[in-house]
Amino acid sequence: MTRLLKNREILLTGIIVLMVAGFATRAPGFAEPTNLANIFNDTSILIILALAQMTVILTKSIDLSVAANLAFTGMAVAMTNAAFPDLPLVALIVMALGIGACLGAINGFLVWILQIPPIVVTLGTLTIYRGMAFVLSGGSWVNAHQMTPTFLNVPRTVLLGLPVLSWVAVLVVLVFWFVLTRTPFGRAAFASGGNPVAAVYAGIDIGATRFFAFVLSGAMAGLCSYLWVSRYAVAYVDIANGFELDSVAACVIGGISIAGGIGSVAGAVLGALFLGVIKNALPVIGISPFAQMAISGVVIVLAVVFNARAEARKGRIILRNRNTTEVTA
Amino acid sequence: MNKRDTPVPARRTIPDRLGTPLSRTLASWEVLLFGVAVLIFIANSLASPYFLDAWNLSDATFNFTEKALVAFAMALLIIAGEIDLSVAAIIALASTAMGAAAQAGVGTPGLVAIGIGTGLACGTVNGFLVSALKLPSIVVTIGTMSLFRGISYIALGDKAYGGYPDSFAYFGQGYLVWVFSFEFGLFLLCAALFAVLLHWTNFGRQVMVIGNNEFAARFSGVPVERVKFILFLLTGLMSGIAAVCLTSRLGSTRPSIAQGWELEVVTMVVLGGVSILGGSGSILGVVIAAFVMGLVTFGLGLLNVPGIVMSIFVGLLLIVTIALPILARRIRQARRA
Repeated sequence: MTRLLKNREILLTGIIVLMVAGFATRAPGFAEPTNLANIFNDTSILIILALAQMTVILTKSIDLSVAANLAFTGMAVAMTNAAFPDLPLVALIVMALGIGACLGAINGFLVWILQIPPIVVTLGTLTIYRGMAFVLSGGSWVNAHQMTPTFLNVPRTVLLGLPVLSWVAVLVVLVFWFVLTRTPFGRAAFASGGNPVAAVYAGIDIGATRFFAFVLSGAMAGLCSYLWVSRYAVAYVDIANGFELDSVAACVIGGISIAGGIGSVAGAVLGALFLGVIKNALPVIGISPFAQMAISGVVIVLAVVFNARAEARKGRIILRNRNTTEVTA
Repeated sequence: MNKRDTPVPARRTIPDRLGTPLSRTLASWEVLLFGVAVLIFIANSLASPYFLDAWNLSDATFNFTEKALVAFAMALLIIAGEIDLSVAAIIALASTAMGAAAQAGVGTPGLVAIGIGTGLACGTVNGFLVSALKLPSIVVTIGTMSLFRGISYIALGDKAYGGYPDSFAYFGQGYLVWVFSFEFGLFLLCAALFAVLLHWTNFGRQVMVIGNNEFAARFSGVPVERVKFILFLLTGLMSGIAAVCLTSRLGSTRPSIAQGWELEVVTMVVLGGVSILGGSGSILGVVIAAFVMGLVTFGLGLLNVPGIVMSIFVGLLLIVTIALPILARRIRQARRA
């Protein structure tokens, strides 16, 4: 039993189930399968970004520019769709992935070649990318009537009971699970965050691993940009403002160590779902949506405290690596 | 998160012979930055005929004085190897608290006390989480950033507080003598105080030592946790003071007040030559960096460049100023090899 409780994924699943059950007593119908499917669909974008963020955090970095990347790429894709309605959707999605990956590569390049701390790089590119979204659009919006029906409808199409948006999230989860646990890149990502010195001696190129993690994160932000723009049927400069913190929060809640090297795909997904359930429950149980920000703040702080306890208990006493506790900017 | 633990060559190489004092001064970051400030000043006065005017320049100082007040404390924090991303949220919460108090009819001295008190309280929360629970400051302050601003949103929603007493306007709108505003005077005073604190006291030494080698600092008897706690408290205090000035200047409070300032404050500190990895930096550098950023944003404003485009320049400034010394060092090493 205690072993079960110590397992982060099972514990988190239990908490989410309890939360859903609790909310269902206040609002009948909250636990209905259709509503749960809605919540999952609503959380899909966060799940994808949390997995992207997780890959970066595993390598002992952080990507605060994901939301700005999403805003810029979303604007570029929406404007292209408005200007060339004949362009097939596949081309637009490839374009979104490409632009996102390029912006991610800029982050990765600065971290890898110039060795600038990731937090500084992505704080800088966060403002630059969002500023570029403004320059690109001139501050104007791309509205639903300017977008083609295919562009808007594909993520909403229901397949086997779930919208395509949800299926994309499921697919991304499977791909990330495979990449992180079954490929050399996944091993390298865990190793370069868990113990960078040992990783270097084991022949792993930490810089290149970080670079590819940033490219992957950027590409996922690009994918999400299309999903976001088509889901909300609008593109403007401020979309997804502050969403980078939600993605970090999902990771922290899911037990991904901010010091790198520790975490699981299931944890990130559950962390995102945890936030998604809270977000969807607040209006149902009559709490102002303005409270959401404060609640996620409390949850982040509690999750960090909890993580620190869990990691401390693992006992690195004999081979204590003082650097693992020394996480600073 | 940092490079301290990756196997890279030593950060500081000790040269066989130091240059002459004059050449060392000329090559220092502060002098370089001062040169940049002068260049921007000249470029601005050429680009806009409205730039060279005493009152205009006095207006320009408002662009950076409040941010610089926070930047002084942030500089110490970053030198000690920590960071506080919640400063802008502290300003928002302190401003909200003052707004609520003003609605209840509290007078000017009470409002100032409430603003500064809220800042101190927030700093205590951050300091406790980082120094007592030994949590990484970057995630903790991302969390408290969302918590503090979240409380402002709960209190205000989409509304705004106004109706501050008339005498309260002095802090953000008053002038000491001629064109020198109260805020500018406060900025100079705090610059002097922080310079003394960092460069001429035991406490400042301890901050530097912690940033250079926390492990060694602990073994040398430096009370690492206490120093860090005080630094977070100091950052909260300065954010509270900045909140008083900003609220007084704007005369109203929205929950989105000072949005994104944490980035600009960190940029100011890093631009001022403070190492983001901790362990080195000077207050003089931060002061000059404040002028540089203020002149850039004000000059661009006179040229009708929108705020969000200015933020591109701020972001570029941040990355370029960090990248340049790294590139320069690499070129120098390559030449030596």
